[in-house]
Amino acid sequence: MDLELSQRHVDFRDDVRTWLAENHPGRIASMDTPDGFEAHREWERVLFDAGWSVPAWPAAYGGRDCDLVEWLIYEEEYWLSGVPGRVSANGVSLLAPTIFNFGSQEQQDYFLPKMASGEHIWAQGWSEPEAGSDLAGIKTNAIRDGDDFVLNGQKTWCSRGAYADWIFCIVRTDPDAERHRGLTYLLVPADSPGLERRPISRLDGEPSFAELFFDDCRVSADHVLGEQGQGWAVAMAAAGSERGLSLRSPGRFMAAAERLTELARSIDSVDLRLRDEVVDAWIRAQAYRWQTYQLAAGLMDGAEIGSEASLGKVFWSELDVELHATALRLLGDRAELVDDNDWLDGYLFALSGPIYAGTNEIQRNIIAERVLGLPRR
Amino acid sequence: MRFRFTDEHDMFRDTVRTLFADRCAPEAVRASWETPGARVSGLWEGLAGMGVLAALAPEAVGGLGMDEVAFVRILEEAGYAAVPEPLMEHAFVAIPALAEAHSDALAAAMEGSTTITIDLDGSDIIASAAIADGIVTVVDGGLAFTTGHDTTSVTTIDPSRRLGSVTGGTTIGLDGADVDLAHDRAVLGAAAQCIGVARRLLDATVAYVADRHQFGKPVGSYQAVKHHLADVRIAVEFAAPLVYRAAWSMAHPETHEPLRRARDVSMAKAQASDAVDLAARKALQCHGAIGYTFEYDLQLWLKRAWALSAAYGDARHHRDRVAAAIGLV
Repeated sequence: MDLELSQRHVDFRDDVRTWLAENHPGRIASMDTPDGFEAHREWERVLFDAGWSVPAWPAAYGGRDCDLVEWLIYEEEYWLSGVPGRVSANGVSLLAPTIFNFGSQEQQDYFLPKMASGEHIWAQGWSEPEAGSDLAGIKTNAIRDGDDFVLNGQKTWCSRGAYADWIFCIVRTDPDAERHRGLTYLLVPADSPGLERRPISRLDGEPSFAELFFDDCRVSADHVLGEQGQGWAVAMAAAGSERGLSLRSPGRFMAAAERLTELARSIDSVDLRLRDEVVDAWIRAQAYRWQTYQLAAGLMDGAEIGSEASLGKVFWSELDVELHATALRLLGDRAELVDDNDWLDGYLFALSGPIYAGTNEIQRNIIAERVLGLPRR
Repeated sequence: MRFRFTDEHDMFRDTVRTLFADRCAPEAVRASWETPGARVSGLWEGLAGMGVLAALAPEAVGGLGMDEVAFVRILEEAGYAAVPEPLMEHAFVAIPALAEAHSDALAAAMEGSTTITIDLDGSDIIASAAIADGIVTVVDGGLAFTTGHDTTSVTTIDPSRRLGSVTGGTTIGLDGADVDLAHDRAVLGAAAQCIGVARRLLDATVAYVADRHQFGKPVGSYQAVKHHLADVRIAVEFAAPLVYRAAWSMAHPETHEPLRRARDVSMAKAQASDAVDLAARKALQCHGAIGYTFEYDLQLWLKRAWALSAAYGDARHHRDRVAAAIGLV
């Protein structure tokens, strides 16, 4: 047991902090607007050129070979510094672990550097109108024809799907197979002929996600990730990442809790009940941090995150909602104002947390059945 | 940075867990409730024999020289077994204070021939007073030690508390003992026990709802029940690391000045109190009427939960302490 940062980790933290302070690009437009999307892509390039876009990756692909503790430190510093968010997050957090695990050498060499530099921004094409939390209900067909697959069907709730360059999809390559069988993980260029993208406006009116319509859309069979027909197993590896550490590290919530505390300090005579909520959010961000360091120690010793990832997903997504709701209560009747109101933006984003990556109801089922061992039926 | 207990930590914990399972089963706890001065047969002697009572005393005086990181897991086990003895007050607060003050009372307390409790906030009602030979208390802002007192038992919903009010006795100062540290020890010790109580409530309820059938299937197969228990599992998952983290702060005064330690301890108690409160509510709800009876053993942990959640400051009190520490006043 050792809960102090080593000198190497202290030096690492200082390096990250210094670089972020010196290269802070200032405020840029929302990544869910056309201009903001490109501005965020440029920020990815700045990070990449300095070796800070994917620090946990091997140096060969633009990373720094950071261990988990270093990566957590990096995330803490990243979010605390207030630099823009990561438009590359879906690719880096959700797809990259799958490419590292299942991708061919050619796929790794081609896709990973372009993902790291922001040249390829990825969107996730999993959900369908009839397959949300019940992902095994996927119907989009991909029928083999020569060296290609021919896709027909519809995807939806595709985050940043309106602007992304590539989409990582799960499609049904065996139309006779049911549920989890006959699915394939397929990487699809967003500009493929036969793929139409229709933006869906989020609550705030910004087109943050999209519907995808496949109409005899041809995709090279070279872009299958893992084996044809093994899409479920390949995808579940990433689902663990999405729920667990990689998508929403504690640093994000620690930084938000610090800002919430600053907001409360800036208000004269904060209501005691509201102050209690502020402190509770601050403590819970710390709880997530230390639970994660404990989890990380296990992972570094070879343990794996299984269903326990669902514990974290529920915790951080509900913390995020409460944290932002508390901020809005502190703002009182100014909370509804849209201009320069990061707390409102953050609240709207936080509200999606208990829904995406498997709703929290599904997560609680997973916890009850696979962590606690309660009967399925 | 390596947040992982060592094999030695685990072995020590497992040994004490076995002792509690052998000597402090629910029927033993109930037996100790029969009369105010009754003890769990053979338990205190067993803890003394294994060195648990003297675990935090320096090796130079015959203790094990263990730190708080090792001992909070023992207190977690005490909560898990609903131990009705003042293990926390005696071994986690009193013994270190007596050792710091080089008190003559240390040796008897280490070997378990005496039982010491604490009264750090000037309360007129003291936990375990009914079985205590001595009380570590606060006089004029410093720690002191009272013996030879008279005790009047006070009835509590949780008879394991053995509450009493105290008069008379002889009090001498414990010069050199740190009163703020003693207070933080009591808070952290209560937090650790809360975690153990919450774990036990969860385990007992998971077992019950898997077994109990209604409408032709286990009640634990219904989502409403599953989600209650998932919430308890989450609460425990994110409270326990704060307890271990606070124990680390306490064990490393060279890098954690008292204000930092107090903040960490209060974070732990706030989350642990909330977790055990939730566990108690959900456990009772998921058990239904059987959990509401005196006969069924769930009540042992429900009552521990109610008492320990509030003991040495409830969640709100400790969030107030954290508020001050992070500049929210």
